[in-house]
Parts: sequence; C-alpha cells; structure tokens
Amino acid sequence: MADGKAKSTPLLDIRNLRIEATVYPPGEAPKTITLVHDVSLTLEKGKVLGLIGESGAGKSTIGLSSMGYGRGGVRITGGEVILNGRDILKGGKEGFRKLRGREVCYVAQSAAAAFNPAHRLMDQVVEAALLHGTATRAEAEKRAVALFKKLSLPNPETIGERFPHQVSGGQLQRVMTAMALCSEPDLIVFDEPTTALDVTTQIDVLAAIKDAIRDTHVAALYITHDLAVVAQVSDEIMVLRHGRLVEWGGTRQIIKEPRQEYTNALVSVHEIEHQEQQPGTAPMLSVKNVTAAYGGGHVKVLKNVSVDIFPGQTLAVVGESGSGKSTLARAITGLLPPEQGSVVFDGRTLGNRLADRPKEDLRQLQMIYQMADVAMNPRQTVGTIIGRPLEFYFGMKGRERDKRVAELLDEIEMGKGFIDRYPAELSGGQKQRVCIARSLAAKPKLIICDEVTSALDPLVAHGILKLLLNLQQVEKVAYLFITHDLATVKSIADSIAVMYRGEVVRYGSKSKVLTPPFDAYTDLLLSSVPEMEIGWLEKAIAGRRMESAGN
Amino acid sequence: MSSPIVKLVAQRIALGILLLLAVSVLIFAGTQILPGDVAQAILGQSATPESLANLREQLGLNQPAYIRYFHWLGGVLTGDLGTAMSSGQDIATSIKDRLWNTLFLAFWAAVVAIPLAITLGLIAVRYRNGWVDKLISGVALASTSFPEFFIGYLLVFYFAVQHQWFPAISTVYDGMSIGERLQAIALPAAALTLVVLAHMMRMTRAAILNVMQSAYVETAELKGLSAFAVIRKHAFPNAIAPIINVVMLNLAYLVVGVVVVEVIFVYPGMGQYLVDHVTKRDVPVVQAVGLIFAAVYISLNIIADIAAIVANPRLRHPK
Repeated sequence: MADGKAKSTPLLDIRNLRIEATVYPPGEAPKTITLVHDVSLTLEKGKVLGLIGESGAGKSTIGLSSMGYGRGGVRITGGEVILNGRDILKGGKEGFRKLRGREVCYVAQSAAAAFNPAHRLMDQVVEAALLHGTATRAEAEKRAVALFKKLSLPNPETIGERFPHQVSGGQLQRVMTAMALCSEPDLIVFDEPTTALDVTTQIDVLAAIKDAIRDTHVAALYITHDLAVVAQVSDEIMVLRHGRLVEWGGTRQIIKEPRQEYTNALVSVHEIEHQEQQPGTAPMLSVKNVTAAYGGGHVKVLKNVSVDIFPGQTLAVVGESGSGKSTLARAITGLLPPEQGSVVFDGRTLGNRLADRPKEDLRQLQMIYQMADVAMNPRQTVGTIIGRPLEFYFGMKGRERDKRVAELLDEIEMGKGFIDRYPAELSGGQKQRVCIARSLAAKPKLIICDEVTSALDPLVAHGILKLLLNLQQVEKVAYLFITHDLATVKSIADSIAVMYRGEVVRYGSKSKVLTPPFDAYTDLLLSSVPEMEIGWLEKAIAGRRMESAGN
Repeated sequence: MSSPIVKLVAQRIALGILLLLAVSVLIFAGTQILPGDVAQAILGQSATPESLANLREQLGLNQPAYIRYFHWLGGVLTGDLGTAMSSGQDIATSIKDRLWNTLFLAFWAAVVAIPLAITLGLIAVRYRNGWVDKLISGVALASTSFPEFFIGYLLVFYFAVQHQWFPAISTVYDGMSIGERLQAIALPAAALTLVVLAHMMRMTRAAILNVMQSAYVETAELKGLSAFAVIRKHAFPNAIAPIINVVMLNLAYLVVGVVVVEVIFVYPGMGQYLVDHVTKRDVPVVQAVGLIFAAVYISLNIIADIAAIVANPRLRHPK
C-alpha cells in the first residue's frame, strides 16, 4: 500500500467515496444502487495512478468524481474529494465549473466521438484555456502547436485547422491529449484512451501520452481494463471490482506479486491451453482468389484473397481495422458478392449472392457478431431467439423445440432459468453465449466469429473462448475467427491469416505464422501487443521496423 | 466551395424542377376531372347546348387535354398565367400585388416566430424536465391546438374590440407607409406566429436533446462550460439540419397555409384570392395559384436541403 500521509499533502485525496445511482428496472419500482463503496485513494503531484477493473467496477465513475461529474443520474453521496487542499464537493456547481478544464482535464475513450464534429480542432483544443482565462488566444494556440509537436502529430502547425473527421482515430486521441494538456492542469483523467484503437496505433498513442506526462509533470488517473497497458504508464495500480477496492500497490508488485486472487486472475488471463491441429487433406471451405469491393467497384477491400478452412478447425484472421477482415466474412456469407473468385464449400461452389443460396447452405454457415446486444431482438426472450433457427431450418415445434433449446442452454453453461429472460436482463458475456447457442442451433459446419470477444471484459472473454473451444470438441464445428487481438489468436487458432490492406500477407499453420523470420507487418503486429512487463513499451518502440498505418 | 457540395446542390435543384413539373401535371389533371367546366359555370344552369359549344370553342376547351396543358405550361413559363374567366382580368397582374401582400405577412410572421421558437427551444433544453420546460411546451402546444380562426377571433376580440390597439380588419392599399402596414398586419401575423411556434420549438428541443447524449457534449461540460454555452455552442450546431427542415416547412405553411387567417382578417393576399375563385370555379386562377403555392413549397424545401448539406462539415470539408 502506498503511504501518502507521510509525504507532503497529496494533489488528490479521495476519502471514503460513495457513489449511488437510481435505476429504473422495467416493471419494478425505481431503486437506488451503490456503484462505489467507500473507496479512498491519494495521488501525488506528477504521479500516475492506474485504475483497473472490469466494466461496472466503478473506474470511470471514480475518475470523473475528481471533476465532480456524474454520468446520467449518478450522484456522489458520501466521502470527500480533496483536490489542491480543498473538498471540491463543497464548492457547488460554480466550483465544479471553475475546476473542470482548468485544474482537472479529461481524455475520453473515443476521441472520434468526443470531439465536436462541427468545430475545427484548434477551436476545441484552446476552448478551455480561453474560457478560464489562463491564456490569450495567441498564447493558447502557440501552446497547442507545441503540444501537437510533442505528441508527434503530423503537420503540427496546420492540423488545428482540420475538422475531426479529417483526422485518423489515433491522431485524434493524441489531439485530445493535447487538448487536456493545453490548459496546463494539475491532473488529467485518462479514461481508456487507447482501448478503441488498433494495437499498432495504441502503442504510438501510449508512448506519446507517457512522454507528455513525464515532460509536463502533470498527475494522471489512468483508467483501463488492460493490465498490460496500465503497467506501461503507471507508478501505482489500483484494482477495483464491483465498486470496491481489491488491491492497491506499486506497478511492479501488482503485476509480479499480486496479493489478491482476483488480481492474479487478471494478470494471467490470456493463458489458454490449446493444442494446434494439423490441417487435414480436404478443406471444408475454400476461398479462392476472392476480390471484393464496395461502392460499385470503386473501393477495393479484398484483393485476391485465398484461404482454406478444415473441418473442425479454427482459422484466425487478424489485422487492423480496415484490413478487410470483416469484408472477408461478408464475401463468404454472400452478403457482399465477390467481384472475382469463388467460395467452395464441401466440394461445390456456393452462389455468390445470398439470394442464390439454398436454405441448406445458409444453415451450414452461421455468424456470431461483436455486439451481442444489437444482434438480438430486444423484444424476444432467449427461448424465442434460440428456438428460431430450430423452427426455420428443422421445422421443430412445441415440446421438441423447447427440449432442444434447453439442451443448447446447457451446452453454453447457462441454466433453464434463462429461457424466459429478455436480452436486457443478461450480462454482456451471457448475451454472447446466447448468440453462440443460436448459431449452434442450426447445426452448422462453420461458424464465423467476428470480433466476438472484443467488446467483453478480459475475464469474460476468456470464458467465452474456453466455451468456444469446448464446443468445437463436442460439435466438431469449424471457426473462422476474425480478431485484432493476437493474444486471442494464440489461444485458439489452428491456422492464421494475417491481413493488411485487403491482402493476405502471411498465411499458414499457427506455429509457422508465429515463428520468425517475420515479414515487416506481422512483426509490427506481434511487437505491438502489450506485454505485462515494465519497460516493454520503450523496448517495443525501439525495436520497430515499420511505421503503423494509423500514423 | 468544394465539388461534392456543388454536385449535391445541383442535384437537389434539378430534382426540385422535375418535381415542380410533375406537380403542374397533377394540378392540371386535377382541375380537368372536376365535374363541369368554365363554360358551364359562366353560362349557368339555363345554357343551351349550342351556346355552351360556342363558348367552349371560343375558350379552346374542346382541344385535347395534353395540348391545353402544354399551352398553359408555355404561358406560365413566359409569365403569362392566362386570363381569369370570371372577371376577364389578367391573372399575373392581379396575383402580383396579392403575392407581395402574402409574402409581406409571411415574412413578418417568420421574423418573429423563428427566433422566438428556437430561443424557446434552447431554453426548454437548458431547463429540461423542469417547470420552465413544461410551461414553454404547454403554452406552445396549447396555442397550436387551437384552430387558427379561434386564435384569430380571440386576438380580434381582445386587441381590436376591447383595447382597440390594432385594426380588426387588415386592409392594405398602395401608398401606406411601412409602419401603417405593420400595424395593419399585426394581428394576423400574431395569429400565424402562434400557430407555427410550437412545431418549431418542439423540433428544436427534440433535435438538441438528441445530440445532448453525445460524447462531445460531455467533453464540453468537462471543460467547465456553462450549461447554456454547452447547448448553444456544442449541441445546437449539430442539431441544425433537422431544425432547418422544420423551419422551412413552417415557412412554407406561412405562405400557403394562410387562407383561413387571410379570410378572417380580410387581408388581400393569395389565400383570399384563391378562395374567391374556387367558389367561382375559375379554373385558370386556381391552377395559377396552385402552381405558385407548389413552387413556394418546393423551393423552400430545396433551400432546407441545401442548408442541411452546407451545414454538414463532412461535406463542406471533405477529407
């Protein structure tokens, strides 16, 4: 435990913080729930404290409390938030407004959404400094340009002229960091600043943020669910769960000698035992020289792609956003008819367009999506959702159908009690399980999994991956696993295709693809995956051979 | 301006012209399928078949419909709207003054209604779900729910009869000063304002509330901006497109929907003119007025579309 009391007064001292919200469950009376249970923390000037935990752990809520801000109906109902020697909770609305954007600044998860699309970047970057009168416009703009340079943004002199949509996601995230630093605050709250970025971009942004923190001596609360990321930038780490403190200590202690079981689970989350299977003789599904484009042939997104999937095995397709991974899935399923090439399934060529395929072909290929909650009809019960393919493909009805639904629920390790629940009553992981059961109900030979674990917390994602592997053993189903997360790939793949700008740049069995020598892109991808190692970031940056695409 | 905008705007204008042509066909066809014709209307019940045939010959009514349509369209395009059958006057000349009067009334109603509606919308968002919001919404909805003739007579009763501040009848004539004209139209303009206010106000409120959920609104709040500055500077510019749309629809209503109000206040505008000639079954006048109303509607909607395109920074500043 870091002992702040012995040293000089800390910059931020949160004591017994209690945060509550009123929820309105459907069909029930409104009730008050407690999001944060008496959490205390201290932060010295110029230090970085990482807040880590799953969604619902209260990380963002605690971070925002340092600005007196509660999202939605969230209320701070107890405790003290002492910033620069005064309890800001006593300052009222005016007091909050004076400290926001001046003493404490905020960097949001998705800079793309957090910048106003209607205004130029420079106007937004200097807005807070001008509002609080800490600088004249000329001074603030000069400071902003200097920060753009420090954060190694391209064209620092003119990038402020641009509108948010004219700048890439990774760059926007750095502009947002510049925006926070522009008011020269004492504290910055970073709320998952790299989570929405590709790994190769994340590493650049992370390095830029780390340098900026070091050079400006600003203190920071760094919120993330990725322990490997927070280990790179933090001096101390606080692990939270369900709004309660689990463990708080120096970065080295947390990742090397975790004292709590939960922390240990977070540290070792990526380890799944999976024996690689050798490719069989006859592929079940072959993608042959497929070229596909959007916008009537204008934007080529797949260029001459060929891959094979063998029965009961997993092909992982990895790459950054925009590399054509999901488009490959759309071409295979017939949602986007290829311009050239063909998809061969079980020895026969599938119709290019979805409408040309018989029901039997549709049944054999099923999909699971990243966002499980929008992939289900919110007004149907779990039973109806899973039962639908049973009726549609097999004509099952009544008791026979219900029996099969119950079996499927059993397979995804959810009990019968879930049959009458609605999607809104399920957690994120449970929703994804229901989606898996729905695809299994069709008894397909291939399931296309499109980023199925990306929206989930690491521990939940871990459970889903294990489930998928078990189901593969039982049902002998093959997976086409689309992901940007290499750790996932290592855990479950039998073969791997690395995609870059619509082309397959490396393809083969897992052991072959992951064994050096690497091509430049695969090397960049592999070296960008954060490792739970202090100093990894500096080593990775130094060892790179290729600029990432986000730059 | 960059090329995608020019292209989009040109597309909208071309579409508008096409639409207007289609409407002209509809107006023409509509007046054709009505029972009876002008000849019958002029000669009345006692007309002999011979005299009817003669008059039809004289007016060109026995030519095929499509020839009459192109004849009419050609005239319209050269500024000749034809001759009113009931009075024998040139339609274009009689319409000119009345159109000007209608636009004058619509303009002043709009000058009051639009800023008022948007400001009230902004205030309603600022104090959303509080009593100020409910009061604004309630009053605006009530004023819209009353039929316009009721509001009109209420205004007349209170401001013209009881207090005699404004005239009950809005006569305007050549040689009136602008001040006199404004005083004459004060009551009909107020009635129109009350009718269109709520729609625009509610839409402004809904459009802004929609963007208030955005992450960039939170960013603005976390910079320490005051609640009203957040709405005005960060929410409003992103809600402008739907607001312009509803404003333009209401502007169009101010021009073409004033029939009832004009009749109540005996205001010499297009609405009065239309009503008079519908009762006289004067087809050329009805066609001409119908076409002008359609043109107003379509052009205002084109302007709304163009304004929404121009307001979008993604189109204004392509990558």
